Amino acid sequence: MWDISSPTQELPEQEVPHQTRPNLGSGTPASLIATDVSAWFGSRKVLQRCSLRMEARQVTALIGPSGCGKSTFLRILNRMHEVIRVAKVAGSVELDGVDIYGRDLSVTQVRMRIGMVFQKPNPFPAMSIAENVLAGLKLSGTRASDKESLVEECLTRAGLWTEVKDRLNEGGMSLSGGQQQRLCIARSLAVRPQVLLMDEPCSALDPISTRVVEETIQAIADDVTIVIVTHNMQQAQRVSQECAFFLVEDQRSPGRIVESGPTAKLFSDPDDDRTLAYVTGRFG
Amino acid sequence: MEVASFVSVEAAIPDMDRPRDIRSTTREVITEYVTAAVVALYTVILLRMVLDWHGLFGSILIFLLVFLTVHYALVRQSTTKELATDRLTTTLIWSVGIIVVAILVWIFGFTALKGFKKFSWSFLTEDSRTASPLHDGGGVSQAIVGSLEQVGVAALVSVPISILTAVYLHELQGRLARPIRFIVEGLAGLPSIVAGLLIFTIWPKFAGVHAAAALGILMLPTVTRTSEEILRTVPDSLREAALALGAPQWRVVLRVVLPTAKSGLLTAAILGIARAIGETAPVLLTAFDTSIMNKNPFDGPQASLPTYAWANVRVPNQLQNDRAWSAALLLLMIVLVLFVLARAIGARGAKRLQGR
Repeated sequence: MWDISSPTQELPEQEVPHQTRPNLGSGTPASLIATDVSAWFGSRKVLQRCSLRMEARQVTALIGPSGCGKSTFLRILNRMHEVIRVAKVAGSVELDGVDIYGRDLSVTQVRMRIGMVFQKPNPFPAMSIAENVLAGLKLSGTRASDKESLVEECLTRAGLWTEVKDRLNEGGMSLSGGQQQRLCIARSLAVRPQVLLMDEPCSALDPISTRVVEETIQAIADDVTIVIVTHNMQQAQRVSQECAFFLVEDQRSPGRIVESGPTAKLFSDPDDDRTLAYVTGRFG
Repeated sequence: MEVASFVSVEAAIPDMDRPRDIRSTTREVITEYVTAAVVALYTVILLRMVLDWHGLFGSILIFLLVFLTVHYALVRQSTTKELATDRLTTTLIWSVGIIVVAILVWIFGFTALKGFKKFSWSFLTEDSRTASPLHDGGGVSQAIVGSLEQVGVAALVSVPISILTAVYLHELQGRLARPIRFIVEGLAGLPSIVAGLLIFTIWPKFAGVHAAAALGILMLPTVTRTSEEILRTVPDSLREAALALGAPQWRVVLRVVLPTAKSGLLTAAILGIARAIGETAPVLLTAFDTSIMNKNPFDGPQASLPTYAWANVRVPNQLQNDRAWSAALLLLMIVLVLFVLARAIGARGAKRLQGR
């Protein structure tokens, strides 16, 4: 990860200036614990006291009808919520016990350690496929020692290497939608995040691309904690071990977590009637 | 392979699905247009004869009105009111388009016709030292050099400032964005002579860079507003993707937004340059004009193509007037090249965004 070939970087591990930095990019999966998270857009409250444990090496799915705050909750987990000017947040989110809204971590450090894949594939159009993979390093000012092997490794993990290895210098936009989304996953993996958040990563993709992305999720789940928002309940069952069900009571009130727990239990024997109604397709 | 078999099937049954002709203009449509045009033409000729009247623009207007009315009446006979109105709108839009193109062609053709006479290699390479009001000879090289230097310096200073301003307005959206946007908009309405007077008051001494300063002020609003529009076309999803990778905002702008908008920003710069290169009044006040080559933009009066044209067209001498038209033609050609360049670069950028 760090360029150890240059002489200035040959410092012993404990002399790295920032205390929080050695962890950065180490790529060991970490747990995320959200406690009493509430969120507002302006004066409108959209999330009400949501608490959820997202364990390391697990895939946690966030399900629920549209507009129930799943995506907002996800964006709070890597501080993308505050990109929107009027957005406010309460509660705490701990990454391996460190509050990501606290003083020990900067916003950029949080986002490097907790990556994000968006609903619509968004490779950088001005960059080639290889440059897209390495974009995270460039953008965070991190130097990589062996760029070529990093590109290959990340594209392989995202299940895209064999398809693009002969055209790494072509534009990222020349790929199909499914390939673009896997390129975005590879791009997120290149900064070696501990957690990867996915906001309906397959909703813009066809069924075959969806299957490939799901296989990718399962393949990387050992190395990175995954939290995925999905509208597709079959997908939640296929890829996740843990699950949280979000719901708004009526249009005015904020979204809440109705129930969370092992995916199998939520889909077969939920504690709450509303969960049962939703997972069996009676509404939503 | 599949394509080949598909073709052979089609060849075996040739008449099964031949594409229908749904686009080409039918004979009736052409007849309608021609009839309307002939009627309109006769009306105009008749009016001109009867009223002994010679106005060109009036003739064009009458022609257009008669043409549209007759054409609508003809179309209305064979079809419904809705379809006839639709055709009328189409014809109207086409007419306006043709008029605009005609005006452009007329301007360029007129200038080319008048400027062509004195256009030669020596006109481009020699300065005006040897140019006499009575004999051929001499050129505008001092004006070409002056124009390029003044506009070049103006662009070098003004374009980066404009793009940074656009970045501030659209990317940072800071507290001062509203007042700054207001000032930029106001600057867009600044009469160019005022910019010249301002610079002349600050530096009452002729030099190319002073002209560049005035031109820079005039370019600023054009380039800023165009750049801001260009930055608006960069999708927010790219900014979010970059932020989510742990990028500070300045790197998002530098590494993602500006590279994505690169070709558009270049177009913005060229538009600003094209606006500045034709300015006469502020240049006259700041760099004045000279017939001698002055390559140093920091000292002494410097010629430029607009001031050359101005100086030569205001004297009652055919030869000098012809030279003025040649300079105007040269200026027009430079602007044309700049615009074509801007369009080509813009098109290339759009292609890359589409991924082909």
